[in-house]
Amino acid sequence: MTIATLSRRTLLQAGGALLASTALPNFALAQGTAAGGRLVVAADSEPKNLNPSIVASNGVFFIASKVIEPLAEASFDGKDGLAPRLATSWEGSADGKSVTFKLREGVKWHDGKPFTSADVAYSALNIWKPLQNLGRLVFANLEAVDTPDATTAVFKFSKPTPLQLIRNALPVVSSVVPKHLYEGTDIATNPANVKLVGTGPFKLTEYKPGEYYRLTKNADYWGKGEPKLDEIIFRVLPDRAGAGAALEAEEIQLAAFSAVPLTDLARISKVPGIKVISKGYEALTYQLVVEINHRRKELADIKVRQAIAHAIDKKFVVDTIFLGYAAASTGPVPKNAPEFYDASVPTYAFDTAKANALLDEAGYKKGANGARFSLKLRPAPYFNETKQFGDYLRQALAAVGIDAQLINADSAAHQKAVYTDHDFDLAIGPPVFRGDPAISTTILVQSGIPAGVPFSNQGGYENKELDGIIAKASETIDTAARTELYKKFQKIVATDLPLINVAEWGFITVARDTVQNVSNNPRWAVSNWSDTALKS
Amino acid sequence: MNRALRLIRRRAISSIPVLLIVVVLTFLLLESASGDAVDAYLLSIGGGDATVAQSLRRAYGLDQSMLARLWLYFSSLARLDLGWSVAFGRPVLDLILERLPNTLLLMGSATALSFGLGSALGIVAGAKPESIMDRMLSTCSLILYAIPSFWLGLVLSIVFAVQLRWLPTSGIETIASGKVGLARTLDIVRHLVLPVAALALIYMALFLRVMRSGMAEAWTLDFVLFARSKGLSRSRIVLRHVARNALLPLVTMLGLQSAAMLGGSVVIESIFAIPGFGRLAQEAVSGRDAPLLMGIIVVSAVLVICVNLLVDLVYAALDPRVGASEPNS
Repeated sequence: MTIATLSRRTLLQAGGALLASTALPNFALAQGTAAGGRLVVAADSEPKNLNPSIVASNGVFFIASKVIEPLAEASFDGKDGLAPRLATSWEGSADGKSVTFKLREGVKWHDGKPFTSADVAYSALNIWKPLQNLGRLVFANLEAVDTPDATTAVFKFSKPTPLQLIRNALPVVSSVVPKHLYEGTDIATNPANVKLVGTGPFKLTEYKPGEYYRLTKNADYWGKGEPKLDEIIFRVLPDRAGAGAALEAEEIQLAAFSAVPLTDLARISKVPGIKVISKGYEALTYQLVVEINHRRKELADIKVRQAIAHAIDKKFVVDTIFLGYAAASTGPVPKNAPEFYDASVPTYAFDTAKANALLDEAGYKKGANGARFSLKLRPAPYFNETKQFGDYLRQALAAVGIDAQLINADSAAHQKAVYTDHDFDLAIGPPVFRGDPAISTTILVQSGIPAGVPFSNQGGYENKELDGIIAKASETIDTAARTELYKKFQKIVATDLPLINVAEWGFITVARDTVQNVSNNPRWAVSNWSDTALKS
Repeated sequence: MNRALRLIRRRAISSIPVLLIVVVLTFLLLESASGDAVDAYLLSIGGGDATVAQSLRRAYGLDQSMLARLWLYFSSLARLDLGWSVAFGRPVLDLILERLPNTLLLMGSATALSFGLGSALGIVAGAKPESIMDRMLSTCSLILYAIPSFWLGLVLSIVFAVQLRWLPTSGIETIASGKVGLARTLDIVRHLVLPVAALALIYMALFLRVMRSGMAEAWTLDFVLFARSKGLSRSRIVLRHVARNALLPLVTMLGLQSAAMLGGSVVIESIFAIPGFGRLAQEAVSGRDAPLLMGIIVVSAVLVICVNLLVDLVYAALDPRVGASEPNS
């Protein structure tokens, strides 16, 4: 993905309000030395499978990305929005049926064995394609990986596969694991899924369940002078209030993924020696979406869906629920993906009168009690903000005469009710935009997806034209033509409203001032931290 | 001693149906919650397609009927096998043995503190009912009792860990410190001060009030009047006669509260990031991990049964009337 090149100045301006504390004299006590030192980070979950080549999720990457590396990582200013990691270059063939990766030389696994193209071929064919949650889709047509020499891997596809998609997906889907530890074993239960062996700047040396993960410096790392830190400790802090307190008490130096709740940021940003950073999540944009069950007669009517869109005050949502740490959405692609984003789509300004008029037009007059009809509304419980938006939406709908019954459930129950049982009229979900619409965005509106697939179109929406565009884009090799198709995709979604995009947000990192080089790439929290350092 | 053995045997037999009922109810409760372990897992990894879900359900045995799974669980439980945790991908017994010591330490210290301090203050308050001291202690204890433990925990943490920095904010010991022996023990004690205080202060209030009211009642009884007329000193009457009699209901409470404290530790363990039983239970519920949750509940039930047995034994020692009427077998 291409992230718009941002100058240092714009970045400082953007974060200016949040970075107020950097102007203060450095208050933090000396910790560690100029090079080296131990960085202690808050972690809120302990994934049972820590292998990012099987489980490409943020919770896994947060810890594992320091140990196991992808072929390329996202970058603010690199070519194609990428910075090379295990691959140094990539090139697609004209027919779109092969991609050639040149691999980095002189890279060693943590157990001393050399890293070669055979590891890449093994990971791609045996793990990414058949087992990985996202790779199954991206590499669906991968047929073979040729390895003419130890530093060349040629991916062969049975159907034309857009290089643009492969490129955009690389940081997420291409974590390489050592063939010599996996070959001939049951991959899903291999002990190396927990005791990671990678090529990254840090080795996973200790895990104490419920307490911490210890990552220690890989002295043989291929990056010159890297890593800067001696050690990273991921300390398990399940309570949301815990991370903020531990930061203030200087027991930890960094909390990513909004481990410090939004409501605490105003206060903690005033604590000397602590900085609040909203950068570094551009390639992991979460979207606040109203999912719609089109099986409901009322909701199958476009006028009703338009009315709901007009009933939502996006500015209020951004300012009050996200306390400004979000942006209003216009469509299914976020502004953080400038390569694809199209602003010229139909928009729905907050207008209660218009919403009421549309509902009247649709034939749903207000009854004696002021309500037109009643709906079942299920907000996803995964984030405070999705739950709060549920409360807001209920009120916003009441203002236009729609009586929404809130149903709050825990994660597993919500998951089943919405994505398997379709027991909802409206649901509030937080899908993620992962750099390319084909990875996890088109699935939200595409038809023909079996029940039970989480974060997909389970609302029974079907639009042949949209399905056609999605199918065409998946095999369009030409980058410009493919991008154009996705612009059309955005227009149709914004016009027909299979779902309503309300807001988009990244997470917040809170760190002590002593931590250097924080948030210097668009997937920072889940990147390798080889240049992260502690100032004494 | 015969009496004690009889008590233990009787308890052991009666605890079997209790355990059975607990296991079945837990299983049904978790079964009635919407969503299963696969839903929870797929959510944690950000989604997956239908084939993944299907193969996971098969691997976890979730494609079998409810009765089949319950039967499977019982048959493995009969072999003292607690099964395999699906959310953690590890044997349930390992997880439990890893976490149980932390919880026992937390609960044990909190129980000892709340019982000791509560009964001592209760004696002070009950020594002279309706005095200023009594009123003050009773009011304070009422306020403490009304405070939710999570709030107390957070406040203690903000004051003593964040602002004064006397004590650590969370954890069971300093992470990756490499401390051993006495240094490690002291480190653990330092980490336990705040969570134990948060858990104990609330139950202390309860013990204080029970002790106090027991004493206030004892003062009106004839044997106290007799002791006074004998010319015994006031302190002797308070400790030997009034307090000793008021202690009995307190011992009963101790048994009852041990179960409540196990529940209270869920919250405290989360706030103070202590890898214990309570937190494990919470993770088991949100992960719909039936084997793990049932393992936790079975072990907790055994724990509570043991504590109550212990309480009964103490009770029997304190009060010779208890169990005396048992028929000899």
